[in-house]
Amino acid sequence: MKSVRMKGITKNFGNFRALDNVDLEVEKAGIVALLGENGAGKSTLMNILYGLFPADGGEIFINEQKVNIKSPAHSIAHGIGMVHQHFMLVGKLTVAQNIILGAEKTRMGFFNKKKLNTEIMEISEKYGLFIEPNKKIDEISVGMQQRIEILKVLYRGADILIFDEPTAVLTPQEITEFMAILRNLANAGKSIILITHKLKEIKQVAEICTVIRRGKYIGTVNVAETTEKQLAAMMVGREVILNVEKQPATPTETALEVKSLTAEDENGIQKLKNLSFTLSKGEIYGIAGVDGNGQKELVEAITSLRKVKSGSIKINNTEIQNTSPANVIKNKINTIHEDRHRRGLVLDFTVENNAILGKQSEFANRGVLQFDKINKYAGELIEAFDVRPRGCEKQPIKSLSGGNQQKFIIAREVFNDPDVLIAVQPTRGVDIGAIEFIHKALVAERDKGKAILLISLDLDEILALSDTIGVIYEGKIVEELKNTDVDENKLGLLMAGASHGD
Amino acid sequence: MVIRLLRKPVTGSLFAILAAIIVGGVILAAAGHNPIQVYGGLIYGALGRPRFIVNTVIMSTSLILTGLSVTFAYKTGLFNIGVEGQFIVGTVAAVFLGFFLNLPPIIHPIVVMLGAMLVSGTYGAIVGFLKAKFNIHEVLSSIMLNWVALNLLNLYIGVERFQRLPTVAHTIQDSANIIIAHEMKRTPEGIARLRESEFLTEVILRTDFNFGIFIAIAAVLIVKFVLDKTSLGYALKAVGSNRDAAEFAGINVKKHMVLSMFFAGSLAGLAAAVHITGISPNTISMLGGFQNFGFNGIPVALLANASVIPNIFSALLFGGMTYGSGYIQSRHGVATEIIDIMVGLIVFFVALRAVCVLIADKLEKRRSGST
Ligand SMILES: Nc1ncnc2c1ncn2[C@@H]1O[C@H](COP(=O)(O)OP(=O)(O)OP(=O)(O)O)[C@@H](O)[C@H]1O
Ligand SMILES: [Mg+2]
Repeated sequence: MKSVRMKGITKNFGNFRALDNVDLEVEKAGIVALLGENGAGKSTLMNILYGLFPADGGEIFINEQKVNIKSPAHSIAHGIGMVHQHFMLVGKLTVAQNIILGAEKTRMGFFNKKKLNTEIMEISEKYGLFIEPNKKIDEISVGMQQRIEILKVLYRGADILIFDEPTAVLTPQEITEFMAILRNLANAGKSIILITHKLKEIKQVAEICTVIRRGKYIGTVNVAETTEKQLAAMMVGREVILNVEKQPATPTETALEVKSLTAEDENGIQKLKNLSFTLSKGEIYGIAGVDGNGQKELVEAITSLRKVKSGSIKINNTEIQNTSPANVIKNKINTIHEDRHRRGLVLDFTVENNAILGKQSEFANRGVLQFDKINKYAGELIEAFDVRPRGCEKQPIKSLSGGNQQKFIIAREVFNDPDVLIAVQPTRGVDIGAIEFIHKALVAERDKGKAILLISLDLDEILALSDTIGVIYEGKIVEELKNTDVDENKLGLLMAGASHGD
Repeated sequence: MVIRLLRKPVTGSLFAILAAIIVGGVILAAAGHNPIQVYGGLIYGALGRPRFIVNTVIMSTSLILTGLSVTFAYKTGLFNIGVEGQFIVGTVAAVFLGFFLNLPPIIHPIVVMLGAMLVSGTYGAIVGFLKAKFNIHEVLSSIMLNWVALNLLNLYIGVERFQRLPTVAHTIQDSANIIIAHEMKRTPEGIARLRESEFLTEVILRTDFNFGIFIAIAAVLIVKFVLDKTSLGYALKAVGSNRDAAEFAGINVKKHMVLSMFFAGSLAGLAAAVHITGISPNTISMLGGFQNFGFNGIPVALLANASVIPNIFSALLFGGMTYGSGYIQSRHGVATEIIDIMVGLIVFFVALRAVCVLIADKLEKRRSGST
């Protein structure tokens, strides 16, 4: 039996057709992957199924019954649940309170706290989603928060679960756990729709994969019989080179020198301990490590968002630690921050206004902004980094899909022509075609003589791009390797804290 | 069509006004008045004669500017509740400069205005500075500074050199005055000439009609230009919409916070200067409590949805309501407090503006459901 059947779904945003006659089917207790480039319309299709906005055409069947879903309340009543890419949790409330929020089962207005906790624990044990119900959301990790989101959906009795890029925010370890959770859910009879840009995950967990491209239905394939390369080609419409080809690096003079850096987090816990490394022009230096080993603090220290206790950071022989983000930029370091909504964009601004963020004075004549020039410049960024849809200069940047926002930010930072480009998780939430594009662009910058510091939790990305790999562990670079023939096993052990040499 | 209309902020504001009228009507009826009559009286009292219109405009002038002050700060993500204190120090500065300087007309009021703007701007900048440097919340420091301003004013008037009467400061010199045809209104011949025209008698002789409204509108247009078309306005708005991203892009957030409060304060100072130079008795008296000239800018900005141009209309509405309330009090025996209640209701319903968007969503759903 099919749990979900969407037939001929069409959706327009103004004159723009985001979905054109798209089909999607999900078998009961099956896992279907929905694959497509950034802006292909995946989130839009799911938002329609979830009742967030109406389709302009097409039909939806749930358990072979034709339905007319008008609102999320409707879809929840039909047993549909959605785990959004951006979590919707209340930080100050406990895990248990968040789970029941909005679906309170009360008796005469009172909760039965004990009964509630047992109910929640029952569900969580049934699907192997272990949690601590009395912790506050603020105190738990992102991976944990996602479990809470899943439990919320299950608590409301969902049988059909939609996951929109659930793994984009997770660490590799959390992803492994998440894959197991998905299996458990399917085994327990839940039907699952999974949106992800990572082909590896699709191969791992999904049986069926439906591909859409620029709002059009391309096809549905059996995952076991399809290679990653074929999936990628289907999605992009051409052959994709999954591994960038690059020449050996020709590093020249030192660009960035970090020496004996020590810094604490807001709770006074030492997060960087005597961290040192050197980055040369014409080189990509990748920092590999398990999340939480000081990557965040290192980026904040270099960009002067965080005070360092001791040590120095030098760019072209000028010390920049403990100054200001403005000074860091002035010294020709630009950063692609991992949190694009918080640090990368002003979401209320248009695309073109985001193009000149921080450079507004350069686009002004005696203080008056030159909008022609701004528009033209934004157009160049869009063109150079294949930001879609074309001609989006005057649109609010929030209307762009996540991956296109990311390409836009990278374009902006590259166009700033820095000496050192820091890329933190540059391909998070970005489709394979765009990953290829971004990787090529980073290598091209390197070949132009830029120094590139790559910080990523994605080991494949580190291995694909870096010329030198520094392994970060507990706030220190514990080992530095030339990326010629790196033993992945050894790298994994180093990241886990095994001392080198054994 | 309807849906698009419902989503417009102005619809929300109109909805708020309408809702306040209805609830206000219920309250009036409950108090034994005929709401239709009272509202009719209110409109007549605000707009019924040329002289009433002029007084409504005068009443609205400082509201436009204080509303603009609140709006400006809001664009940078700050709540300028200190507009009252900034207004007060502005009146002190205006009275001081208006009395002690000896300058030719036209030049004199300009200097008074610039001086008051500088003083109030600096006063506002203190709040921005405290926030930037010590992370003290602007609402907290503003409330404190409002009281400080009140006491400063009383201290000023307490100094013998500065007083005309024990509780009243010197009146500004004629050269600093911005009342239209001010010279004529002071000589018997001038008055006689004005009396020749019934219209001029009505709108010039019997009111304090002054140039303030033109200054206020010019200020609105300048602020609009600065915010929308200059790199400074760009940076201020970037800081207001996403402080973290602005900081990361190298915009000096602290500097812009201080700047924003300086400009907001200087707009309150301009309001004060226009008030002092434009409305008799053209001076200040000791205060026992706040007169709310500054605070009244807050509902104005709220109703204007914190966008620049609508401040004019929102101020005219509140100004008209306030001025017209005098008429309904004398004519219908309605306490002027009803106007305070109405203002409160409007603010309340503005806060409920989101309801309009909800209705739009519902309509949209229903419509698409039926196709
Ligand atoms: N509310 C909206 N108004 C206008 N255009 C929109 C709106 N929402 C989405 N779009 C456009 O519709 C297209 C599809 O967007 P959608 O978010 O569904 O993409 P996606 O496949 O989820 O991409 P990503 O992988 O980057 O998240 C994009 O071109 C986007 O710009
Ligand atoms: Mg999406």
